[in-house]
Amino acid sequence: MAIGWFLVVSALIFSIGAGGVLVRRNPLVILLCLEMMLNGANLALVAFSRMWGGEDGQVFALIVMVVAACEVTIGLGLVVAIYRRRLPIDVDELNELQG
Amino acid sequence: MSAVLFFIAAIGAITAAIGVVTLRNPFYSVLALAVHLVSLAALFLLLRAEFVAAAQVIVYAGAMMVLYVFVVAYVGGAEPLASGAVLRVLGPLFALALTIELCIAMLGAGLKGVSSRGAPFIPGFGTPAHIGRLFLTAYLFPFELASILLLVAAIGAVVLARRRRGLDTDEQAQFQVRVPRPAYTGTMAEGAGVRSSAHEEQLTPDVQRVGTTSDESAAATGHQGGW
Repeated sequence: MAIGWFLVVSALIFSIGAGGVLVRRNPLVILLCLEMMLNGANLALVAFSRMWGGEDGQVFALIVMVVAACEVTIGLGLVVAIYRRRLPIDVDELNELQG
Repeated sequence: MSAVLFFIAAIGAITAAIGVVTLRNPFYSVLALAVHLVSLAALFLLLRAEFVAAAQVIVYAGAMMVLYVFVVAYVGGAEPLASGAVLRVLGPLFALALTIELCIAMLGAGLKGVSSRGAPFIPGFGTPAHIGRLFLTAYLFPFELASILLLVAAIGAVVLARRRRGLDTDEQAQFQVRVPRPAYTGTMAEGAGVRSSAHEEQLTPDVQRVGTTSDESAAATGHQGGW
């Protein structure tokens, strides 16, 4: 398969994730869509690594996975803390931090 | 053969991604994301990134999805699908524009290298040995930084999700029910001679809030140290 096909798939996944971040209101689903955006970037990284024949892109993909795991941990901790304080789990309602 | 596998995995990944965005129940969204991640692992295998594919399946589809499922089961609740009318229209339009822009940037920019079929196969490409060597030589600093980031995230999650004392003020208050026992039933007060049999009490349960001092309530209800 040509590398361009993989790049098209990664662009589609990234765009679907970005649209989901805009459309959805549940912070859990927004975190899932962020995961998809990171995965689209990962696919592009691995595809370029295959194209040039070096593993550097795969190293970056693994580090992106680490960052995604940290982001999920903190995000789910925030969701649990919001739930404990009986606040609505809805990003449109949780707008006290906006300026 | 690789083309067939590619199209199966790519269609699976994209439909699962659309399912994550459009499904109403967050639980189904998490399951769709698991399908998406496994399809992406197949795509990584087609790109000869075996170690990244294995890490994707183990770390993402294994560990993180379990965490998501736990939190969704704890928080729960389906939601009305989309946000306000403006974002509901503008979100997909933005996604479409982003797709077109990315495709133009990556495919139509005249980069001759992008449309190639890739580098010739190197033995051992993408194996843990090669990636581990890179991690411990050229990318040692990002490797250590990632470990520190994981430590910070673990501590942060514990701090965020722990149960704080004094935070849940409107939680139902804990009450302690004190039912007076009839006389001669072997209480310690009778054994100590504090409570005589002549001192008959009314058999009404006495609900006292935990934290208030028992002396004032005892003085209010007429019990004199019978407890």
